[in-house]
Amino acid sequence: MKQYRLQVMVCAGTGCVSNHSFELKEALDREIKKHNLQNETEVVYTGCNGFCGAGPIVVVQPDGIFYQLLKVTDIPHLVEEHLLKGRPVKKNLYTPPAEKTPIPKMADIPFFSDQTLIALRNRGMIDPEKIDDYIARGGYKALAKVLTSMKPDEVMSEIKASGLRGRGGGGFPTGVKWETCKKAHGDTKYVICNADEGDPGAFMDRSIIEGDPHAVIEGMIIGAYAIENVHQGYIYVRMEYPLAIKRFQIAIQQAREYGLLGKNIFAKGFDFDLDVRRGAGAFVCGESTALMASIEGRPGEPRAKYIHTVEKGLWDCPTCLNNVETWVNVPQIILKGAKWFSSVGTGDVSIDPWGGSKGTKVFSLAGKVNNTGLVEVPMGISLGDIVYKIGGGIREGKKFKAVQTGGPSGGFIPESMLDIPVDYEELTKIGSMMGSGGMVVCDEENCMVDMAKYFLKFTQEESCGKCIPCREGTKRMLDILERITIGEGTEEDLLLLEELSNMIVESSLCALGGSAPNPVLTTLKYFREEYEAHVKNKKCPAKICRQLLTYTIDQKICLEIGHGCGVCKKNCPDAAIIGERKTVHYIDPVKCGKCGACYDVCNFNAIIIE
Amino acid sequence: MPRLKIEDLDKIADQQRRKMTVREGGGKAKITVHMGTCGIAAGARNIMSTFLKEIEAHNAHDVILTTSACAGLCSREPMATVELAGQAPVKYVDLTEEKAKKIFASHVLQGKLVQDYALSIGSERIQ
Repeated sequence: MKQYRLQVMVCAGTGCVSNHSFELKEALDREIKKHNLQNETEVVYTGCNGFCGAGPIVVVQPDGIFYQLLKVTDIPHLVEEHLLKGRPVKKNLYTPPAEKTPIPKMADIPFFSDQTLIALRNRGMIDPEKIDDYIARGGYKALAKVLTSMKPDEVMSEIKASGLRGRGGGGFPTGVKWETCKKAHGDTKYVICNADEGDPGAFMDRSIIEGDPHAVIEGMIIGAYAIENVHQGYIYVRMEYPLAIKRFQIAIQQAREYGLLGKNIFAKGFDFDLDVRRGAGAFVCGESTALMASIEGRPGEPRAKYIHTVEKGLWDCPTCLNNVETWVNVPQIILKGAKWFSSVGTGDVSIDPWGGSKGTKVFSLAGKVNNTGLVEVPMGISLGDIVYKIGGGIREGKKFKAVQTGGPSGGFIPESMLDIPVDYEELTKIGSMMGSGGMVVCDEENCMVDMAKYFLKFTQEESCGKCIPCREGTKRMLDILERITIGEGTEEDLLLLEELSNMIVESSLCALGGSAPNPVLTTLKYFREEYEAHVKNKKCPAKICRQLLTYTIDQKICLEIGHGCGVCKKNCPDAAIIGERKTVHYIDPVKCGKCGACYDVCNFNAIIIE
Repeated sequence: MPRLKIEDLDKIADQQRRKMTVREGGGKAKITVHMGTCGIAAGARNIMSTFLKEIEAHNAHDVILTTSACAGLCSREPMATVELAGQAPVKYVDLTEEKAKKIFASHVLQGKLVQDYALSIGSERIQ
């Protein structure tokens, strides 16, 4: 077999691809040929590295030199200096914010070194389109172990003992779910992988599939074996994830060719096959009953769950549905043991499966932090550590205001609670939730009313409309929030918001409605003074809600520095600015449409916003 | 592709091990060829390819081959440093293909350093 001394790992996660990493590889191949290095250097695509904010990313092995924000024009120099002469190129290395010396090695960068990898263990290490790469990292060994030396019940007890809980948001103990499905009556049962990741700002599942699709497949085969009578599984992926769909299809094809899917796997008499089902991207289809309806070809609407899907799910057969990240953890638990898995995390799950949060959780860190991307951290780590240690703190030295966990169903957590440990119970206790793992960081320039409105608008638009509390209730809540942000809100509105929220939470059919008011409830609880400023003083403290702002011109700056240049007047769409050239300009508050155009064009910062 | 048997998993993993050693780091030995302008002029590329061929020929998938810049002793190029896991690095000077092969066979594979070609043991201190 061909031996290379260098491996150039080009990140081909969606973030880096959209920043032209495919072109980078072409350029690398070209330059490598030019220097006659093609027999000693291999250029490899990998899945998402997680540090999406620094993309496109290239890592040069064996030394693990981490290059960020590369352009095609950087490549000739990089190939000559590093690949030929062995000198890492300083200007493309990562330098932490507020520091001057770059960190050459990936393993030394705090963003990576503070993470614990279980679900993402193969990230940046394997080519997701090559099954042999996965096998080289111990892939399908767990499946071999299960089929040769474990009875289905033994697999089940291992998963139960590990304390693994659903990573899609609910946190239901996986072992308990599997067991209920196993005990349910029926000769035909199904397993489903929920890859309908819909939260704004969440991309964990997408990156896992794009980077390590075989791990999901292996987890599902093991699950099917443990539950018994399962011979068919489905992976439900949204259409917006074309790369994930493609890599799943390649992986399934490869697994079939190797006989890891299909009849008589490893000649042990166990049959199981998988297919991809594409969703049209409705948020509600991440809900288990709506998802199953969608696979069946019916409109994606949830049903009341008097009877759970583990008893009557897909085509009324017992169905076990788990999230991508949940499935990915399964092979590792089998290989390394429940004890190893449960040694990471909080609480004790030996008696009560809900007694703790075990293992790790992947979060997609977005918003106003320095290092945005995908992070995997042990359960129980504090929110502050995620934001400041891994996330590298708030951008441009601004002040932290809140972190929003759990996507549109989660809540906003204020600074005073940054030291709470991240686990299912703790987050629920303070009104937020683990959710699927979106984490949006807000700084002092985010208006909490506006943020709550944004998330509510999302859930309102995505409400399927089947039940009245969610369909009508979220609409009315949104109306009230609109009213508040344009200065027409009253103090009674705040009480009405709370009342509506509680009603929707209690009476909605599914978890979409049941959790949609969370962003409003938590902001009302922790940032009430901002709501009050909007309704009482008609002011937006963060200066976001434009209708509540007043624009004036600083006369001194306008005349003395700007010499009455008149640019604002020319650009004002409402003709609200008065004044001749070389004299002071004024804004007519009656005519002013508060569009902010004058603020954007003034070269002397003479426009004051209050 | 044929259907896999369980033992095939290890075979595939074994075939891919070299690739994985390079990616994961570790390995039992690391050879650094000094590829400054001086080294390249003195024929370091040849030394590099010799080592690479030796690695292939012996299927030595746990040996990492890497390059570094000029070592500061330009008159004795081509140079290479061999570092066995847990031992001090050894610098070799005035290399030829023959010498490189011998160093590989003796020092890298068997752990016996080749005194005749060696310059020094250990590295200079970095402040």
